[in-house]
Amino acid sequence: MRYLLVEDNADLAAALTGRFALAGHVVDHADCLNDAELATRTTDYDLILLDIMLPDGDGRSFLKRHRAADNPTPVIVLTARSEVSDRVGLLDLGADDYITKPFDYTELEARVRAVLRRLGGAAANTREFAGLSFDSTTGMISAAGSSEQLRNRETRLLEVFFAAPGQVFSKSHLMDRLFSFSDEVSENAIEVYVGRLRRKLASSEATIETVRGLGYRMVRRE
Amino acid sequence: MNAQLPSIRRRLVVQLALVAALLSVAFFLTVRGVAGNATEQTQDSILAASAASIADAVYSDDGAVRVELPYSALSMLGTVSEDRVFYRVIVDGETLTGYDDLPVPSGRAGPRAPLFDTYTYRGDSLRSVVISRALSGASRPRRVEVVVAQTRLGLEVISARITGTATAIAVAFFLVATALSALAARNALQPLNRLAETMARRGPKDLRPVTDETPEELAPLVAGLNSFMQRLGAALTRSEDLIVEAAHRVRTPLATVRTQAEVMHLQVEKPANRSALRQMIRAVDESSRSAGQLLDHAMVTLRSDQLETEETDPGELLHDVVGRLGPTAELKDITIRLELPPEQTRVMGDPILLQNAVRNILDNAIKYSAAETDITVRLEPGNPCRLVFCDQGRGFAAADITRLPDRFSRGSNVSDVVGSGLGLTIVADVARAHGGSLEIADNPEGAGACVTLVLPSC
Repeated sequence: MRYLLVEDNADLAAALTGRFALAGHVVDHADCLNDAELATRTTDYDLILLDIMLPDGDGRSFLKRHRAADNPTPVIVLTARSEVSDRVGLLDLGADDYITKPFDYTELEARVRAVLRRLGGAAANTREFAGLSFDSTTGMISAAGSSEQLRNRETRLLEVFFAAPGQVFSKSHLMDRLFSFSDEVSENAIEVYVGRLRRKLASSEATIETVRGLGYRMVRRE
Repeated sequence: MNAQLPSIRRRLVVQLALVAALLSVAFFLTVRGVAGNATEQTQDSILAASAASIADAVYSDDGAVRVELPYSALSMLGTVSEDRVFYRVIVDGETLTGYDDLPVPSGRAGPRAPLFDTYTYRGDSLRSVVISRALSGASRPRRVEVVVAQTRLGLEVISARITGTATAIAVAFFLVATALSALAARNALQPLNRLAETMARRGPKDLRPVTDETPEELAPLVAGLNSFMQRLGAALTRSEDLIVEAAHRVRTPLATVRTQAEVMHLQVEKPANRSALRQMIRAVDESSRSAGQLLDHAMVTLRSDQLETEETDPGELLHDVVGRLGPTAELKDITIRLELPPEQTRVMGDPILLQNAVRNILDNAIKYSAAETDITVRLEPGNPCRLVFCDQGRGFAAADITRLPDRFSRGSNVSDVVGSGLGLTIVADVARAHGGSLEIADNPEGAGACVTLVLPSC
């Protein structure tokens, strides 16, 4: 998936770009409206993440032009403004969703997933490994002709493994991806989700392997 | 309510009516006086003419004084209704003819100059005149006095008639003047009433200046009103701008701090450092949440003070908020079940406030629910209209239930979850502004709690 991030806060932009890259997405960064206009003219994006207060103008004017041009790319607005006053206006202007800064990355990821799923038509995000096909947007897995719906946390966990099959991910890394900072959970919680994922992958060649002392990785079953 | 002065209109009418009454009385007295004088003068001149013609008829015949009463002398008096006439001719102090006890008007009557008097004679009130003349042609000059008197019945009849007419005119004048003053008072006060009506018709947020044409006297009031509304409008706009701006100013740096901490968290491996960073991020979340809710609370208070209601579909509102918070719930694999009645429902309210309240309730429910549980959102239409949110979370401690809607009050069992203690305060404020209430209870279907936003009807 290719996202356009329009954000003038360089730290935030770098962090978001890094997080999305971990999930296997490419993020182009524009730090003003001008660059954003240029980028949308030359590249087709699956999603635009748009800040409202930008050095060369109001993100809402970009949104208005974007909608007026019948551009189908969904837009999620990142706003630091008060929720009460802005909420209605943003959705009326054609934003598909919005998130209030500061936000948890997992929350943004969930909103991206929800928007992409709602629009349905967006490029299928299906990847394959060892006879298992996985759509990280809808959370559907299929193998050997049968398909199954994963729950949200299972989907996100599998997404981590799919980004780098064979690579070992530590428990703490998986924790970071699965839980927001407001969740107070022990590292054992990961074992529960890995166990469930193993059961759901049973009909395919792929499985999650425990690497003692290091973490987990996804491998082809021997 | 302020102490009320009596209505301007009533005071105006009463004062004008008092003036009309005074004028009526003055008119009545004047007419009666003038008319009374006029009739009296008429009677006096007839009496004088009559006396003069009798005096002329006195003559001296060989030293004897004789009189032949001319018929006309008495007939000219007879014109007036049933009045009786008395006369007396006196020569040198002795009655020649007539009623010899008829009193002579006192005072000296000059030659040919009549002297008038009013007195009572034989039970009747009489108007009388005396004329004296010297009779020459005899051996010595003789002094002749002629007294003519007439009862005043006719005069009284005329006077009564004049009084009656004057009274009727005065009363009519008073009535017409009072009616006209009522009309005039109404007309004069019409611009004031119009202004009051215009103001009463306005919505609570309509702060446009009054542009109606107003009379000179109201101009300072209207100018004062307009400048007041302008200042109020500016103050409200400033407050709203401040709230929006403050949110931005607080959250932008918080977002940076949080991002940096999050990036660092990904890079460090030492559990102690990770835990410190995690605490830092939770603190940032807590302050950003508090800032957001404080500002939301300020905005809710501002809007509640001047509630602007419109027809809203609570079902659609619930549907929107559930859709909006769906991804947040999904992160914890929480399923939100929305149960709406088949028919469309309508509620009168401020959609932004209601949305804020509903979002706060649902946000709380998600926050305090364990992963992989259900939240049920149900709209129960009717009077009252109930928006019920039930979760399978940790529920409320019984001791907390009554104090939770208080500002900054949080449940005793939630210290591990980020929260500001303002969420339910906002909900309670919104409910109160809409004439409803907030109910907190245990979930009747097992673990968890039910929070209900009760509105008067839908």
